[in-house]
Amino acid sequence: MLQKRVAALVVLLVGVGMGYFVYASQTKPILPFKLGLDLSGGTQLVYRADVSNIPSADVADSMAALRDTIERRVNTFGVSEPLVETQKGGGVTGTSEQRLLVELPGVTDTQKAVSLIGQTPVLEFRLVKAGVETIPPDVATSSLDQYFEPAAITGKHLESAQLQFQGQTGLNQAVVVLKFDSEGTKIFADITKNNIGNPMAIFLDGTVISAPIIQDSIPDGTAVVSGNFTPEGAKELARNLNYGALPVSIELIQTQTVSATLGGQAVAKGIMAGLIGVLAVILFMVLWYRLPGALASIALLVYIAVMLALFMLIPVTLTAAGIAAFILSIGMAVDANILIFERAREELKSGKSIEEAVSDGFGRAWPSIRDSNISSIITAVVLFWFGTSLIRGFALVFGLGVIVSMLTAITVSRTFLKALGIRAKSGPVRFFFGSGISL
Amino acid sequence: MFIIRHRNIFFAITGALIAASLIVLAVFGLRLSIDFTGGTLVGVSYEQGRPPAIELDTALKEAGFKNYSLREAGERNVMLRTGSISNDERENLVAIFSLDGKYPATVDQLSEIGPTIGAELRQKALISIALVMLCILLFIAYAFRKVSQPVSSWIYGLVALVTLVHDIVIPVGFFAILGHFAGAAIDTLFVTAILTVLGFSVHDTIVVFDRTRENLRLNHERGRKEDFADTAGRALSQTFTRSINTSLTVIITLLILFFLGPASTRDFALTLLVGIIAGTYSSIFLATPLLVTIERKYGKRK
Repeated sequence: MLQKRVAALVVLLVGVGMGYFVYASQTKPILPFKLGLDLSGGTQLVYRADVSNIPSADVADSMAALRDTIERRVNTFGVSEPLVETQKGGGVTGTSEQRLLVELPGVTDTQKAVSLIGQTPVLEFRLVKAGVETIPPDVATSSLDQYFEPAAITGKHLESAQLQFQGQTGLNQAVVVLKFDSEGTKIFADITKNNIGNPMAIFLDGTVISAPIIQDSIPDGTAVVSGNFTPEGAKELARNLNYGALPVSIELIQTQTVSATLGGQAVAKGIMAGLIGVLAVILFMVLWYRLPGALASIALLVYIAVMLALFMLIPVTLTAAGIAAFILSIGMAVDANILIFERAREELKSGKSIEEAVSDGFGRAWPSIRDSNISSIITAVVLFWFGTSLIRGFALVFGLGVIVSMLTAITVSRTFLKALGIRAKSGPVRFFFGSGISL
Repeated sequence: MFIIRHRNIFFAITGALIAASLIVLAVFGLRLSIDFTGGTLVGVSYEQGRPPAIELDTALKEAGFKNYSLREAGERNVMLRTGSISNDERENLVAIFSLDGKYPATVDQLSEIGPTIGAELRQKALISIALVMLCILLFIAYAFRKVSQPVSSWIYGLVALVTLVHDIVIPVGFFAILGHFAGAAIDTLFVTAILTVLGFSVHDTIVVFDRTRENLRLNHERGRKEDFADTAGRALSQTFTRSINTSLTVIITLLILFFLGPASTRDFALTLLVGIIAGTYSSIFLATPLLVTIERKYGKRK
C-alpha cells in the first residue's frame, strides 16, 4: 500500500513539477513557446524555383545555394529569426517542383518583403548552342533556348562583384567585375578555353546585358560585365550581386501575411477558450463520475502540463489550428477514463468489490482504448502528410495529444485509484464511485 | 435493444439526412476557398469606422479589380476575395481600402495562393480522405481478424466505411448551406476537420465493435447460444453512456472554441461540431444496426 501511495505522490509531484516548469519558463522566457506566423504576425512567402535548365544531379546543390543567397539577403532586413528553407512541392501524380519557403516574423508589409527579396539578381551565363550561326540582334526571351544553352557556371560560383571604370578614351565606362570562387575559377577556365571565338552571353534577370566574344582562356576567375551601365546602375548591380546572385530564377507563388494584432487576438482567445474548456470538462467529469472523475481531472491537468512541456521542448510551432487541436484533445483526453469508469461501473454492478471492479475496468477497457486511438493516429499521420505548415501544426498537436492522453489517462488515474486503496463495499464510498443519476 | 429492434426507422432517418445533404449539395454547390482555387484573400480592419460598402466597391473597380467578392465581417472588418494580384495592386491595398486616407485602414491579413498550389491541394485533399478511409478499413479488418463468426472482419471494416461516408456527407451538406447563406468557403481547415471527424467517428465505432467482439468471445467460451442481434444490441447498450459522454466532453470543448476561440478557427470548430455529432449518431444508430442487418442476410449460421 505504501508503495502505491509513494507512486501516486511521485506522479503528482512530476505533474506539478512539469506545470511549474512550464509556468516558470514562460514568466521569464528562457524557452518561449514557438508561435506560428498566424499567431505572432509576419509574412510567409513561397517561391517556385525554375530548375528546368539544371541537370537533375545539380538541383539539390543549386537549391542549397539559392537558400543561402536568399538567407543572406533576408538577414540584411534585420528580421529576427527568419526562416528560409527549400521544399519539394507538387501534386502526387504531377511533376515535383522545387520551392523555397521564406518566413519573416514581424514583417507585415507584404509588398516590402516581396520587393526586397525581388531585388536579388539572377545571374546566368549562357553559351551559343552548337549549330547556331547567327543570332538576331533582338532575341526575345521566348526564343532564348533556341540559340543559347546554359553554361556550367552559374551565379552560385560568384565570390564578389566590384564596380570599375574602363574605356578606350579614358576611364569613362562603368563596368562590373565578377570574381569567381575557386570552383568557379576552374569551370570558367575550362569554358573559356573550349569556346574561344564564341560569344558568351551574360544574363541578368533573364535579359542579356552583354555577350562578349571569348578571346582567350581566362584562368584567373574574373569576368568583366560591360553593359551600357551608368555609374549608379553598375554600383547597385555590384552591391546586389555581392549580397548574392541567384543561381536559378524564382517566381512568387504564395504569400501569407497576418498582422501582429490579429495574431495576438487569436492567442488571447485561444488561451481563454482553452481555460474555459478545461474547467467545463472537469466540471462535467466531477459531477458525473464523482471521485474517479476528480482523479481523471487530475490526470487531465497532468496531460496539459506534459503537452505544454513537450510544445516547448520539441519544439512544436503553435498555430491557430494547433491550439484548436489542443482544445479538441482536452475533450478527447478524458475518453480513455470514461471508457474505464463505465466499465468499472458495470463490474461493480455485477457484485465485484470496488478494487476488483477498478482493476477489471482498466484491463477490459484497454483493447478498445488501444484500437480506437490507433485510428486517430492514422488520421494524424495522413493529415501531417496532407498538410501545409498550418495543417501540420494541427496534425502534430493532435497526434501527440492522442498518444500522451492515452498514457496519462491510464497511468495517472490508475495510480491514484490504487493509492486510495478503498475496500468498502457499501455506504458513502460506493456513492463516490457511482456515476450519473444512479448509484 | 430498441435501436437494433427499430433499426429500419433509423436507417430511414439516416437515409433522409444523407439524401437531404446530397440535394442541398446539388442545388447550392460548394464554395471553394482560395486554398483550392488559387487567388487572393485580403482582410482589412478599420479602427475608426468602416466606409460604406458601395464606396469600397467603387474604389476597387477604379483600381482595376474585376472578379472579386467583398464581404463585411464583424463590426470593423472587411474581407476581399479575388484572383491573383500584381505588385502594384499589392502596394496600393492600404490606399484603396482607406479610400485615400479617409478611413484609416490596416491590412490584417493577406493570403495569395497560386493556381498550381490550389490544384495541388485539391488533389492532396481528396487523396488524404481516400487514404484515411482505406487505412481505417485495413486496420479494422486486421484488428478484428479473430472475429470471423458470424460475420467476417472485413464486414466490420466495410460497415465502418459506410458510416464514414455518412460522416463526410452530412458536414459537406451543412457547409453547402452555410456557403450559400453565409458565404463560408471550403478551405484546408475544412478538410482537416473532416479528417479529424473520420478519426473520431471510427474511434467511436471501434469501441462498440470491440464490445461486440468481446461479447462474442465470452459467448463462445461459455458455450452460450445467442442471436447476433442480441449480442450486438447488448454491446450497444453497454457502450451507450460512454459514447454519449465522450462526445459530450468533445462537444463542450468545441462549443467553447466556437464561441470564444479565435475567428480564424470558428468555421473549423463548427465543421468539427457538426461532424462529431454526425459521427456519434452514425456509430450508435448506423454502424451496429447495419452489422446486424448484414448478418441477417449473409451471416454464416452455425
